[in-house]
Amino acid sequence: MPKGTVVIDADRCKGCGLCIAACPQDVLAFSGNLNRSGYDVVHMEKPEACIGCAFCAMTCPDIAIEVYREKVAA
Amino acid sequence: MAERLLLRGNEVIAEAAIRAGCQCYFAYPITPQAELLEHMARNMPRLGRTFVQAESEIAAINMVYGASGAGVRVMTSSSSPGISLKMEGISYIAGANLPAVIVNIVRGGPGLGNIAPSQCDYFQATKGGGHGDYRMIVLGPSTVPEAGELTMLAFDLADAYRVPVMILADGMLGQMMEPVELPDSIDIDSLPVKDWATTGAKGRDPNIILSFDLDPENLRRMNLELQAKYRKIEENEVRYEEYQTEDADLVIAAYGTIARIAKTVVRMAREEGIKLGLFRPITLWPFPYEPLRTVAERVSTILTVEMSAGQMWEDVRLAVCEHAATPFYGEMGGIVPTPHAILREVKKHAG
Amino acid sequence: MPASTENMVKVFERPASLTDARFTYCPGCHHGILTRIIGNTIDELGIAERTIGIAPVGCSVFAYLWYKCDSQQVAHGRACAVATGIKRARPDSIVFSYQGDGDLASIGTAESIHAANRGENFTVIFVNNQIYGMTGGEMAPTTLIGQKTTTTPEGRHAEGFGYPIRFSELVAQLEAPVYVTRQSLHDTRHIMQTTKAIRKAFEYQVEGKGFSLVEVLSTCPTNWRMTPVQANKHVEETVSAVFPLGDLIDRG
Repeated sequence: MPKGTVVIDADRCKGCGLCIAACPQDVLAFSGNLNRSGYDVVHMEKPEACIGCAFCAMTCPDIAIEVYREKVAA
Repeated sequence: MAERLLLRGNEVIAEAAIRAGCQCYFAYPITPQAELLEHMARNMPRLGRTFVQAESEIAAINMVYGASGAGVRVMTSSSSPGISLKMEGISYIAGANLPAVIVNIVRGGPGLGNIAPSQCDYFQATKGGGHGDYRMIVLGPSTVPEAGELTMLAFDLADAYRVPVMILADGMLGQMMEPVELPDSIDIDSLPVKDWATTGAKGRDPNIILSFDLDPENLRRMNLELQAKYRKIEENEVRYEEYQTEDADLVIAAYGTIARIAKTVVRMAREEGIKLGLFRPITLWPFPYEPLRTVAERVSTILTVEMSAGQMWEDVRLAVCEHAATPFYGEMGGIVPTPHAILREVKKHAG
Repeated sequence: MPASTENMVKVFERPASLTDARFTYCPGCHHGILTRIIGNTIDELGIAERTIGIAPVGCSVFAYLWYKCDSQQVAHGRACAVATGIKRARPDSIVFSYQGDGDLASIGTAESIHAANRGENFTVIFVNNQIYGMTGGEMAPTTLIGQKTTTTPEGRHAEGFGYPIRFSELVAQLEAPVYVTRQSLHDTRHIMQTTKAIRKAFEYQVEGKGFSLVEVLSTCPTNWRMTPVQANKHVEETVSAVFPLGDLIDRG
């Protein structure tokens, strides 16, 4: 499985939790840190499990997540 | 030399719109403006322009909003109850600084009323039938040829100021036939480009057509800009006609079909030794307050005659104040007063 | 601590045709997902410079802030009439309207049906969340029987209030429309299917094929009084049973 990682824009995150539910690898969780809008920002709790599938980013209603994935050698 | 044809008022307005470069026309059928719709249905498609019979007058005015926002010359037409339906759309058009031409062939009201001519939509047109602090230029033609001239003017004024412009005619003018020399078609390509319109944001920032701002400071600014525009229109676009007022003792104030009849009354009265004149507003908004006040200062009476319960009469009184007496004679329900009936009223006040 | 992005490629980012503006929608509201999909579609088809969007009245009144395209904000319910005006004036443009259930299926019923019936060549996106969000949670034409809203505090009952309207089915009866489909966004699989449907609808417009309606079952966590995750489940288990998913017509 390729490795992946996500970058979450803390200012855009509204702590809705849809990405946490969408992640097939249980990578994401609420961080307990509130952003300036008062939302509990999501973070990668288990970054090593990320496969860069982008399910989180697809469901994020605030386009707060960018996704990176390892290039797999042909 | 322009051709001279015997044409109905409704048709002349339609043909003048075409010659003014109207690219899109959207309307719903209603009496007594059917011939306008039919003329557009026959002619717009063969000229490669847009004709849509909309599902309602509400849909039509919103199609006007869209096409106007996309930068083309556009018109709709209707009659009184249909114009009522358009009022929200007109408010949006005004608020979004869009040009549009709206024709009202006025019929008897209120409610379903009847299909006979009337002037009972003056308040609706000039005092805002729609919500908010907005104004609409209102032009009142008195003859069939003038209906064509003012329609062409309407498109120019709408574009120049980015405002809705109404042609306020009535069922009689719409239906009657007169010989008309139609004006030449304008060159559409010579019209200035509307760089504010939604034409696709190629090579520029996006354009947004909008009449909305949640921030009261911003909405106040939008309103102040609208008001400044209206002050300019009031300064520059007042139009009226004076007929034999120079030596008059008594003047009729009337517009549209009634003004036309009043010219006959002026001649009849003078034959009987009454020095009667006529003051005819052509722009009902902006109303010619100052010119009418000037006339009022040298006559005893300004008699307002309308096919209504007295709507323009209020603007006449605002203009005249204490300078002259301001009686009123009106007919409602679609009754068109005869010259004799108006002359009888004149004599009551001639003293 | 996230892994470094060294040796990685970015595979997901904000669509280029969307502005940087932060969405004003509630947490978990599907409007944002749909807006992203539309932005992606505009990017993929390369039509940003030709596109004219329409912002309705409702929670998405601010839609004109999201796109780097020309937009018109229009009167409540009238988007399909305005779209008609724009498209007839500028036939080379790509026009889409984006409307909620009040805008399209209540006050805008006539305009929606008649634009479809005329086969106007534009794309209508219908956000069906069975409630009126912006005005605080009133009944919509699509509100479910038994659903509590501020104007059906005991739950909607058919007597006096009618049944939820399946609007796509109404439009699918007409001869002119080329593509009518109902989609949803309640999980990744359905987000992907909606993406395909929106893409097809815009492609049909680019190809001049006619009128498309994409109804998207969406959530309103705030007025449904649910968490976003609960709201998604509600769509999966309850809403999609009343509003069946899938293509109703595809004549493209």
